[in-house]
Amino acid sequence: MRYSRHAFVAACFLLLALFPLVAGSYGMDFATKIMIYALFALSLELLVGHTGLVCFGQTAFFGIGAFATVLLSSDTAPSSIAWLLPACMAAAAGYALLVGALSLRTRGVYFIMVTLAFAQMAYYVAHDTPLGGGTDGIYLTLKPVLGTLLDLDQARTLYGFTLACLVLVFGGLALLKRSRFGHALAGIRVNEQRMRATGFSTYPYKLAAFTVSGAIAGLAGFLFAVKDGFVNPEMLSWHLSGAVLIMIILGGIGHLRGALVGAFAFALLQELFKSEALFGALAKHWHLGLGLAIIASVVLLPRGLVGLPGQLRARLLGSPQAKEV
Amino acid sequence: MNATPDSQTAPGNASRPAAGADVLLRGQNITRRWGGLLALNAVNVELTRGSVHAVIGTNGAGKSTLINILSGELAPSAGQVELLGQDVTHWQQPRRARAGLGRSYQRNTIYPSFSVLENCRLAAQAAYQRPWHWWQSAARCPHSGAIAEDVVARSGLGDLRALAAGLLSHGQKRQLEIAMCLATRPQVLLLDEPLAGMGAEETERMLAMLAELKSAHAILLVEHDMDAVFRIADRVTVMVNGSVLACDTPAAIRGNAQVRTAYLGEPE
Repeated sequence: MRYSRHAFVAACFLLLALFPLVAGSYGMDFATKIMIYALFALSLELLVGHTGLVCFGQTAFFGIGAFATVLLSSDTAPSSIAWLLPACMAAAAGYALLVGALSLRTRGVYFIMVTLAFAQMAYYVAHDTPLGGGTDGIYLTLKPVLGTLLDLDQARTLYGFTLACLVLVFGGLALLKRSRFGHALAGIRVNEQRMRATGFSTYPYKLAAFTVSGAIAGLAGFLFAVKDGFVNPEMLSWHLSGAVLIMIILGGIGHLRGALVGAFAFALLQELFKSEALFGALAKHWHLGLGLAIIASVVLLPRGLVGLPGQLRARLLGSPQAKEV
Repeated sequence: MNATPDSQTAPGNASRPAAGADVLLRGQNITRRWGGLLALNAVNVELTRGSVHAVIGTNGAGKSTLINILSGELAPSAGQVELLGQDVTHWQQPRRARAGLGRSYQRNTIYPSFSVLENCRLAAQAAYQRPWHWWQSAARCPHSGAIAEDVVARSGLGDLRALAAGLLSHGQKRQLEIAMCLATRPQVLLLDEPLAGMGAEETERMLAMLAELKSAHAILLVEHDMDAVFRIADRVTVMVNGSVLACDTPAAIRGNAQVRTAYLGEPE
């Protein structure tokens, strides 16, 4: 079972690596966007699926990473990825540290609302002050480079860089899940009270997870700003927090590959229901079709898309679904 | 444990451990109020190494509140808690746990998707937290791995070490609860109804385990199974409405008319 999971993930990354050989510019751009969503979804998966913290303000870290990319970049010469990327991730992680330090003192629905409130604060700073350019947003004049090695203005280079980031983050989180830190987070998700009784001060663990998650969301924001060459306050809106939560639910909460699959499924469903060739005039109301598809998937696939093979096996062979450890 | 002076069975030495006994946990005048309700009324506690001290009482008598205060899960309204000679009244629960205080809960609090060994290894990890080791693979930590192997074997779950904990029987889950407590290397054990829901065979196994643990630990046992309590306890405290009604040896408690009326339901 474990080997098949590894093989599935390896096959996904291999297909993504080969995709530019057959894709046109639209396909490359679309796949880059999905990979950035997957990174964003992975950042939330660490909190929701692994630590049990349902954060509804993840978009703040994504948006701060994106805005930092534009605000810190020079207008006269391309900035270096070597300092710009860490700076953007640090800005997002710094805000996550602040938000986490306060919000992690609450629980349940209060935690959800406090994280949402912090995200809305960031949204209004971008929306209502000259710093964020208001509703018009701001443009990234020159895209970052790494010497002569990487120029992210090239679509193919950006695609490869995004894929490399995705593989690194996925691998890093897989290692984290197996680490002592990751096991402690899993224990906190299952029973925080028991963890405290055992001797774990759970607050620093949760705060560390929150900050790492913010940094990863900041990385996704950086890539998104570079891809579009433009940022606006909508990147900090709560709708995006909802969308990324739906991605991990769709893929299967508690699994890293669920975030990966969920991001692809979400983006593809979105494109499907927007298609005028398929839905004609109804394509204008694509939100309705997407919503119904998500409701259907939650009802029919309670363990998400990654749970589908197990469900099929159970139905066809009549065997109980394997319990993942 | 002893009562406030006016409620002790036999004032003076009867309710106290023998002089010079190795007192590991001491609670003095522990009081807890919930608004107008007095849940615990100036209760005194002394737990010594090598003894099992049982606390019995009807539901709502204050037994779990007492355990919660001793373990640091709940702050007392008044009173003091000393662990290994240190005043720990204002210590958080994790710090008390790392200092040598282990507790189990009435309900199962195991991690069902982890294997038996992983449950114990995670508990052992709590006593060996090193920030610079956070990235280390949990499965490859020699320190917590060795402790986990040891407690799994001692708790009689060695054959089930690789099984997901959620698949254990109820009795085995209770054993795992104790094993997880032991993995933190405690000196004091606060056990909240470890025999709840167990069959006869499982009860015997658990009692044998507690008897073995007794020599190296101070154990506070909250339990409703009276046969088990009177078999294993060295001292028994009877609580009623947040106060200590009596505290003495099992034989003396059996013969106490007040206890028989108030708790065992026998006419005076």
